[in-house]
Amino acid sequence: VSAATRAAIVGVAESDLGVTGRSPLELQAQAAVRAIEDAGLSMSQIDGVATVGIPRFPAIQAAEYLGLRPTWSESTFTGGSSFEVMTARAAQAVISGAASVVLIAYGSNQRSARSRRLAGVLDPTQPESQFDAPFGPLSPVSTYAMAAQRHMHEFGTTSEQLAEIAVAAREWALLNPAAFRHGSGPLGVADVLASPLVSSPLHTLDCCLVTDGGGAVVVTTLDRAADLAKPPVLVFGHGECSTHHGVSQIRDLTSTGAVRSGEAAYRSAGLSPADIDLVQVYDSFTITALLSLEALGFCGRGEGGAFVSDGRLRPGRGFPFNTSGGGLSYCHPGMFGIFLIIEAVRQLRGECGARQVAHPRIALCHGTGGILSHNATLILGVE
Amino acid sequence: VSTPQPPFLGRPDPPVTPDTQQWWEATSRQVLMVQGCRRCGHRQLYPRVICTACFTTDLALCEATGAGTIYSYTTVMRSPDPALFVAPYVVALVQLAEGPRILSNILGAQDGGLACDAPVRLVWEPLPDGRCLPLFALATETGHG
Repeated sequence: VSAATRAAIVGVAESDLGVTGRSPLELQAQAAVRAIEDAGLSMSQIDGVATVGIPRFPAIQAAEYLGLRPTWSESTFTGGSSFEVMTARAAQAVISGAASVVLIAYGSNQRSARSRRLAGVLDPTQPESQFDAPFGPLSPVSTYAMAAQRHMHEFGTTSEQLAEIAVAAREWALLNPAAFRHGSGPLGVADVLASPLVSSPLHTLDCCLVTDGGGAVVVTTLDRAADLAKPPVLVFGHGECSTHHGVSQIRDLTSTGAVRSGEAAYRSAGLSPADIDLVQVYDSFTITALLSLEALGFCGRGEGGAFVSDGRLRPGRGFPFNTSGGGLSYCHPGMFGIFLIIEAVRQLRGECGARQVAHPRIALCHGTGGILSHNATLILGVE
Repeated sequence: VSTPQPPFLGRPDPPVTPDTQQWWEATSRQVLMVQGCRRCGHRQLYPRVICTACFTTDLALCEATGAGTIYSYTTVMRSPDPALFVAPYVVALVQLAEGPRILSNILGAQDGGLACDAPVRLVWEPLPDGRCLPLFALATETGHG
């Protein structure tokens, strides 16, 4: 395979995170400028723009704000997994020649704007407005809560085991100066269990943060990457699967579309779970991460509780997982998927300081969108 | 039929679309329907214009017994709209005997007595416009419906 027919991530960056007082477009542009600088490129070299999150025509709006007139645009909206999907689309675009340098960017000010609603957002034409909303579920948390409840019923998983995922995320965040909870001190299982229930069996501390933030990723071909500022991170494989939109249409609450997205990603990369050095998995809730660990083959179905309960997700325990602190303790501006990629790239480059994992070569990023609705897996690596 | 009572003070008004109109009309007679495929026999909810098993379009509503089990449930502790919902209350996915699942509320039960796979029975709550909303109670409990 020639360098012209392989795709690489050549720049990544976050915007300001936390409580910023900035608009989504400002945050997105801030991340874009930083990522392009990270790559050693200039904005004028961008001919492809991919984003989602801003209403209506997100890629067009972003391009206008940045002063670009791109000849390739992409806005596939699959929720939190969107940026794993867009990275795969961008890789295909640069390999095919449809674009030469693609900027993927995201920005949200959901914390400053207090724009989240417990019931979620529905259009009256969506079936959920008729068949779900009258019963008062919280969205997304009640769906994840019912997945956790069913997992406990089928496999004996406990709230203590789920809490361990939040505890490990906090341990990583204490090592990441950019993390929202960097200065918050360690968390214990008992702290998670003592936090208020939101939608049983999930507690407040089983739920991700609500923060502002933006991120950006720059993709081009490997041969174009050769003379850029940072070592290229190759896109080795990708898979995705859409399973349902509404909660009543979920066939199996304890087995997600990550089974199929993972299989496709491993197959296209020619790799297996045993080859993965670094795992970045969407942790909108503790149960989200547990279901993905099982579905992606890091443990067997139903074994997730036992798998995490020995503390192996914590720093230095041999299973580098959500090393930024994740959505639970680092940041969560509505769609976390782009931050999984940013952290994986930085770890593969060896840029992560106190939280740096020893010489990872292959990373898996897995995004979950909607209410376990869409799963997308991306395998990245260095040679 | 139970009148709306705490924890449910009211409901977001469910819209109706052409493909669900008959289903909602049946609720005003307190009849719970599922949609069946005349070609392959698959039963589904919500009603729509295509069979999600064989992708044909010859579908008809048929009456459900109202018997089911709890596939999963959650006790909501923070109200999304205190004018309508007073937390805590129970949201559940009910597995109907006919096959489809629906989202609903379990009346008269907080976490005690609730369990996945527990049998439930149908009760109806009237909506202001004459339609009714299918709710459920634990099959072992009386006093509702």
